[in-house]
Amino acid sequence: MLEINPGLILWTILTFVIVLVILQRTAWKPLLTALKEREDSIRTSLHTAEEARNQAQKLLDENRKLMASAEEQSQRIIKEGRDMAERLKAEILEKANASSQQMVVQAREEIQREKESALTQLRSEVADLAITAAGKILDANLDPAKQRAIVDAAIRDINKG
Amino acid sequence: MILTGSEATADTVHAVADTLHAAAGHAAAGHAAAGGEHGGNLFTTLLHHTQDAHELELPFMHIELPHLPAFTVAGITFDMSITKHVVFLWFAALLLVTAATIVARKNSRSRVPTGFGNLIEVFIVFVRDDIVIPNMGTAGIRYMPYLLTTFFYILLMNLLGLIPYGASATGNVNVTAGLAIIAFLMIQGSAIRAQGFGHYLKHLTGGVHWSLWPIMVPIEILGLFTKPFALCIRLFANMTGGHIVIVSLIGLIFIFKSYIIAVAPVGFVVAINFLELFVAFLQAYIFTMLTSLFMGLGMQVEGHAAAEGHGH
Repeated sequence: MLEINPGLILWTILTFVIVLVILQRTAWKPLLTALKEREDSIRTSLHTAEEARNQAQKLLDENRKLMASAEEQSQRIIKEGRDMAERLKAEILEKANASSQQMVVQAREEIQREKESALTQLRSEVADLAITAAGKILDANLDPAKQRAIVDAAIRDINKG
Repeated sequence: MILTGSEATADTVHAVADTLHAAAGHAAAGHAAAGGEHGGNLFTTLLHHTQDAHELELPFMHIELPHLPAFTVAGITFDMSITKHVVFLWFAALLLVTAATIVARKNSRSRVPTGFGNLIEVFIVFVRDDIVIPNMGTAGIRYMPYLLTTFFYILLMNLLGLIPYGASATGNVNVTAGLAIIAFLMIQGSAIRAQGFGHYLKHLTGGVHWSLWPIMVPIEILGLFTKPFALCIRLFANMTGGHIVIVSLIGLIFIFKSYIIAVAPVGFVVAINFLELFVAFLQAYIFTMLTSLFMGLGMQVEGHAAAEGHGH
């Protein structure tokens, strides 16, 4: 069992070396190359996937930010619109108020003026009437007492009117 | 540690052999003389299976293997006869080359390996990530083909011993010696390559004062040889040990000469076979792991303290 057989040792070494040389060319080289390539490709794929994920995340963030800013802008526009409407409304109201005020003032002035002209007219009318009445009275009876009573009555009438 | 283990194994073998001899004594008396060295004839017959032979036993066939002329170099006689273990050495080589080539072609054709190709790749990745990288760093990738060949070749030779009519070439100390010699050359070669020859020689002095060199250098040189020697004996003893246990269990059947008693040994043999299956993988792993470890230690430029001959 333990006898030394140099021939067998030599056969072992020879066989081993031949097997090694053959396998190196036909098996180990292609196998190790394929293995390395696959590992490299997996590594690259993982790296690429990671990068794509990061990029997607970045895009998403950007999108979100954009949407937030759009929201903000729309809010601002609405608010501005509302403010403007408010302001316009106030302005219009004010203007309307002012114009109505003015119209009232004008109307009052007109009325005053009309009233004054009417009074003036009335006065002249009354004077005419008085003159006419006086003429008539003069025509009818020239009684001084009566005359005085008539003139007084006429003047009272004017003041009353 | 390993030496005591193998001595214990040898003692067990002799004890079992003696028992067998005693039990089968008169039946085998006629042939007992021939098997004297191993104890008993029955045991010799059973153990014959684990030993090298000049014939091959196959189902319904008995092939005489050719004797080739031996040659002598430097006083060593090389008997290049094609023995049973040489046949299984070649059979394992053929299987390995065929399977690995098919797998390589299959795996490089599709990006995602499936089935058998995937299984082989699991082993390759295991050898790379759990043996080579931790022990030798990325510099060890260069030696991947050698370590992969070692792992798969030893594994296949181990496994061939588990099939009927098969034999473990790794159960022969000469085969494991051959593998250990290659491991030795790889360990020294990788160390010289990584450190440069001058640094490699300096390493042999252990970094001590020059006056201690006469003691240190022989120890260091001895350390270089003990590691592969341990590799050789460990693999051989483990592969032979399992077979001897199985042979001993089968031997019980012949001692008791009873079909009822036979149930127990057969059950044990089945269990031991599963253990052997595990050991086949384990020993291929350990041989590769330790070779890689020794190479890694030699490749470190500094830190030789850990590299001193603790050959497990």
